[in-house]
Amino acid sequence: MLGVRLYMLQRLTALIMAPLTLGHIAVMIYAVQGGLSTAEILSRTQGSIWWLLFYGSFVVAVSLHAAIGLRVIVHETLGLKRPALNILTLVVSLLLLFMGARAVLAVTLT
Amino acid sequence: MSANCDELEVSVWRGDRLSGHFEVFHVPAQDSQTILDVVSWIQQNLDATLSYRYACRVGMCGSCAMMVNGVPRWTCRTHVKKVMNGNKLEVAPLRNLPVIKDLATDMDPFFDKWIAAEGLHHPTKTRDEPIETINPDSTMRAEANAGIECINCSVCYSACDTVAGNVDYLGPAALQRAWTLFNDAKDSGQNAILEAVSGAGGCHNCHSQGSCTVFCPNELNPMKAIAELKKATTKSFFKKRV
Ligand code: SF4
Ligand code: SF4
Ligand code: FES
Repeated sequence: MLGVRLYMLQRLTALIMAPLTLGHIAVMIYAVQGGLSTAEILSRTQGSIWWLLFYGSFVVAVSLHAAIGLRVIVHETLGLKRPALNILTLVVSLLLLFMGARAVLAVTLT
Repeated sequence: MSANCDELEVSVWRGDRLSGHFEVFHVPAQDSQTILDVVSWIQQNLDATLSYRYACRVGMCGSCAMMVNGVPRWTCRTHVKKVMNGNKLEVAPLRNLPVIKDLATDMDPFFDKWIAAEGLHHPTKTRDEPIETINPDSTMRAEANAGIECINCSVCYSACDTVAGNVDYLGPAALQRAWTLFNDAKDSGQNAILEAVSGAGGCHNCHSQGSCTVFCPNELNPMKAIAELKKATTKSFFKKRV
């Protein structure tokens, strides 16, 4: 249930996620080692367009990537077919996007 | 331990598309005995109504494949001694295909998918033109040659878990044929092939775990052919967009 377009979308989002994940891990290590407090972290992320872009693009990539992966698993193990499968893919994607966007906005908006 | 080593205990699947069960037969063991010998012996000496399929008996025609102790195999070239579980054998119809009767499966879905994958000849010339000269050393010819010995036995198709989970998936043999023709200088179907393997049941569904390659009795590598198709479709995906 994966045509070339969804396949490419999943690969391209993986390409986006890979460096962002490494960046995220680096930031976590830095924050923990330096002993940054919540307030200190928020003071750096809030109002920062760069952190919004960094985690925002990660959230968009994850929403697409994970929904396509789940689509394959659900089709092959539970036998769900189109159009229900398309609806599930879309709902999962939007749900992840909503939850992720909410989290990103919460730490980047002032 | 009362098992008689000169006798095999063979469970054979009996049934049709809807239902069935295993029936046990006792078959004398012989030297150099193949699974097909065992099945034929049962049909000739114990139960003439047992249905199964074979033709060449030498690994050429691809019609004798069955599940042997849970694994898909070409039965005419599979020696009993190599696959026996104690003195027991279990023979069943190929997985992933509808059963017609007993050990004979309906191969239509398998072959229909060859056509769906454009695994058919797209001529470049008419019969009046001279035959094209092929350079056997070219890279494309080497790619085409790699899959040319496929005997359409459906062993790989039965071994593939993606086929089991996704009825639309074209499967390893059809996709490998598509890749073979894609590289054939005498075939003009390149675009049609890329189109055909890019749909919802196309090459992108392959999980690259290689059961097809492990079980292919001719030691072909459909998994690699599919990986190459993924590369070719990716290239053409970007080309179309620039
Ligand atoms: S490698 Fe691909 S085609 Fe081969 S068995 Fe696995 S999923 Fe099927
Ligand atoms: S690729 Fe191998 S296993 Fe598959 S149909 Fe051809 S010969 Fe049989
Ligand atoms: S009978 Fe022809 S391949 Fe086995």
